Amino acid sequence: MLPDAGSEDEEKWLAEGIASLQHNAFYMHRALDSNNLRDALKYSAQMLSELRTSRLSPHKYYELYMRAFDELRKLEMFFKEETKRGCSVIDLYELVQHAGNILPRLYLLCTVGSVCIQSKETPAKEILKDLVEMCRGVQHPVRGLFLRSYLSQISRDKLPDIGSEYEGDGDSFIDAVEFVLQNFTEMNKLWVRMQHQGPVREKEKRDKERSELRDLVGKNLHVLSQIDGVDLDIYKDTVLPRVLEQVVNCKDELAQHYLMDCIIQVFPDEYHLQTLETLLGACPQLQPTVDIMTVLSQLMDRLSNYATSSTEILPEFLQVEAFAKLSNAIGKVIDSQPEMPIVGAITLYVSLLKFTLRVHPDRLDYVDQGACVKKLSGKPKIEDNKATKQIVALLSAPVEKYNDIDTALKLSNYPRIMDHLDNATKKIMAVVIIQSIMKNNTYISTADKVEALFELIKGLIKDMDEIQDEELDEEDFKEEQNSVARLIHMLYNDYPEEMLEIIQTVRKHILLGGPKRLAFTVPPLIFSALKLVRRLQVHEGDEVGEDVSATPKKIFQILNQIIEALSTIPSSELSLRLYLQCAEAANDCELEPVAYEFFTQAFILYEEEVADSKAQVTAIHLIIGTLQRMTVFGVENRDTLTHKATGYSAKLLKKPDQCRAIYACSHLFWVENQDGIKDGERVLLCLKRAIRIANAAQQMANVTRGSSGPVTLFVEILNKYLYFFEKGNPQITSSAIQGLIELIMNEMQSDNSPSDPSADAFFSSTMRYIQFQKQKGGAMGEKYEPIKV
Amino acid sequence: MVLVLALGDLHIPHRAADLPSKFKSMLVPGKIQHILCTGNLCIKEIHDYLKSLCPDLHVSRGEYDEDARYSETKTLTIGQFKLGLCHGHQVVPWGDLDSLAMLQRQLDVDILVTGHTHQFKAYKHEGGVVINPGSATGAYSSITYDVNPSFVLMDIDGLRVVVYVYELIDGEVKVDKIDFKKTAPTQSAP
Repeated sequence: MLPDAGSEDEEKWLAEGIASLQHNAFYMHRALDSNNLRDALKYSAQMLSELRTSRLSPHKYYELYMRAFDELRKLEMFFKEETKRGCSVIDLYELVQHAGNILPRLYLLCTVGSVCIQSKETPAKEILKDLVEMCRGVQHPVRGLFLRSYLSQISRDKLPDIGSEYEGDGDSFIDAVEFVLQNFTEMNKLWVRMQHQGPVREKEKRDKERSELRDLVGKNLHVLSQIDGVDLDIYKDTVLPRVLEQVVNCKDELAQHYLMDCIIQVFPDEYHLQTLETLLGACPQLQPTVDIMTVLSQLMDRLSNYATSSTEILPEFLQVEAFAKLSNAIGKVIDSQPEMPIVGAITLYVSLLKFTLRVHPDRLDYVDQGACVKKLSGKPKIEDNKATKQIVALLSAPVEKYNDIDTALKLSNYPRIMDHLDNATKKIMAVVIIQSIMKNNTYISTADKVEALFELIKGLIKDMDEIQDEELDEEDFKEEQNSVARLIHMLYNDYPEEMLEIIQTVRKHILLGGPKRLAFTVPPLIFSALKLVRRLQVHEGDEVGEDVSATPKKIFQILNQIIEALSTIPSSELSLRLYLQCAEAANDCELEPVAYEFFTQAFILYEEEVADSKAQVTAIHLIIGTLQRMTVFGVENRDTLTHKATGYSAKLLKKPDQCRAIYACSHLFWVENQDGIKDGERVLLCLKRAIRIANAAQQMANVTRGSSGPVTLFVEILNKYLYFFEKGNPQITSSAIQGLIELIMNEMQSDNSPSDPSADAFFSSTMRYIQFQKQKGGAMGEKYEPIKV
Repeated sequence: MVLVLALGDLHIPHRAADLPSKFKSMLVPGKIQHILCTGNLCIKEIHDYLKSLCPDLHVSRGEYDEDARYSETKTLTIGQFKLGLCHGHQVVPWGDLDSLAMLQRQLDVDILVTGHTHQFKAYKHEGGVVINPGSATGAYSSITYDVNPSFVLMDIDGLRVVVYVYELIDGEVKVDKIDFKKTAPTQSAP
């Protein structure tokens, strides 16, 4: 062998080989045409001598072999015709043995052998046995492999299989099996030996060449699988043990991996299921470097597909305890290969888990066992990207399968595996889980499950130890926290006691979330609790036992604590709104002290924390709007609160804001449908105060801008006058309204007032309204009668 | 014929996880020409979602909206109609028709769309229309008990507007239709 053969040289050699082969083939054809057997044999032997070369790589050798193969087909046809013409096939068989070189001799022998079997003069088994033995004469790996491949090729359709025309007369499929097995064994030996040919430094190249030839070996297994006589028993007792014996004994990584794969691919799944123990038993005996995890994954994938192909098959899996065997085998493989990278072990578990989910979806304990990656224990966080991906797959599989996180929450090993992930991946996993819940609209209905869920998604719930949050993208963080907020609405139970437990559990977890998260997580919890309050309030008439803890009072206490935590972040505006919501809920439950407490908290926040003038305006309107609806307060409490609210209103920064807040306060003294609060005098005081402020605003505008401010405020107040006038407030008189109208008209006509189309439009629509009311007739028309427009 | 979607008070994620899936499947891009949202979306995702349904999105600011770009009130003209939009928490007493009528006069609009109460309402008032599309998610409200998710589609055609109310009651979408006719074109000055 010339070690440094360049590809150019090889091309040359191949060309030379082909030329010589064709040259001899030409004379062989001539001899065939003239029925000259002796010359035909001579030239064919010379032609086949080209296959004795050692200079070609397997790839090029194959090209040469294929050309010789085509020629041999023709020769075979000739032999067939020779026998028809009366030439004894036995004689032919003897004759070809005179070829000088062993390789051409054996090729010719195989060719005649094929004819010989077809003639049925000699039993197939004898010829096959003879041929497979004689091929031992060629021990050069590449030449031997191709020769045996030729033998396999020509004998394929002549095996004494059940139902074959070559069966019988003592020939049975057992002989066929025996023949193929022997050829397989010999071929594999040659193939394995190939690696020792040539210098060590070319090992890599040789491995590549070897893998190009692997299908020549694997073909035998395919032939075996095609033999009808190979039923489960034969497979179990003869075929598999013999094949595995060869696989294990060859001690070659490449061969072992390929052949294991081959076995799994070519034989039916049904056989695998029934011989699982034997097949898996071979795994730990393989070379430690064999990529057994891919092999096993493939096996499990195939089996799970098989299991789901028909319902009748499933019981078989249970019968042979497929899960236990697979799980056991995986454990053994992992133990026997301490060098196996972590990703390998996890991949095996992922396959086992997928197998379990498809084959035994009802066996949660199996799933959990599958998820129990013992290998992981004691290992630090995984930093290998591939391994991380596999863990995500491991964890996502049950969630996707059950479409329902509820089931996955019962898996006790689940969070333990999560612990091995880095923080970023933990978050991804948490998002996957939340999305699954949202997509499937799954309600998590017990506090225990909520606890388990929060354990799983804790990557989103609180800061992890490492300092890396600085890098966190603001948008991403918002999105994550919003998804947690949405999730909180899925934690629900109809039964108030359990719901309260859930709320307590959620509270416990989210309060650990740190200031950045509370603004996201507190509001949904508050509203979840308020919904519970409302449910309890509806059932108020029901019997309430002593031991019932889910009472509105109790919930309000919790709410107060949660909002307090939120307000210290500080998130004062949001807290203020939530306090007001709670106050109204307490009002509906007729809990005056509770409602008062919430109002107090809201006011404190307003005074101490809400500094932005725009935020103050919104806050004050919310305070007034809420207070206006409160019915639970006694005179004293109400007075305190309305007094405060009016005070705040008058202290707003901008005059127009003051004015609007003050006239809104007028509604605090006039509440329809409730006795007691129809304090017309104080309504009027508010409105008069609003006019004073509007005047002040006007003057201020005069001084600072040289023109009076818009009249809009006056028109707004006019509308409020009309409102209370219609409601029958005796303090609001038609003459006061008349005065206001005149004032506005004067303002609008004055030269230094700027033109303001929107104020004009507002005023005209107000005047149209008055007109409209006047024309309405009846009591209302009469009431409006004195007002001139 | 112009289709205008009016909705609001979704309160996502404060009070609801998402829009009802039945609504989501009804609201498809390309059918609606304008969206009026009364506010309280509350997050950007929802804004983006609405924008994906129809790029002409008008939002007034609810008390839980942090997006400062939303204004307190907004007016726009569609065909022969002038429409006003306001969340409504600014109008005390909340949900009070007479007070909303004052806002309608102030904005000088034919159709006033407000929210806050989470209760669907549509009525004729002094020749105009006052509409509250309710809460699209059926969010909890301190004002209204047993809120059903609802939204409103307005079909504006010449001087006529047909208001379709979609309400989700026990998992079924119920549709109601209310017809309004405008008597005369809006006059911005007497």
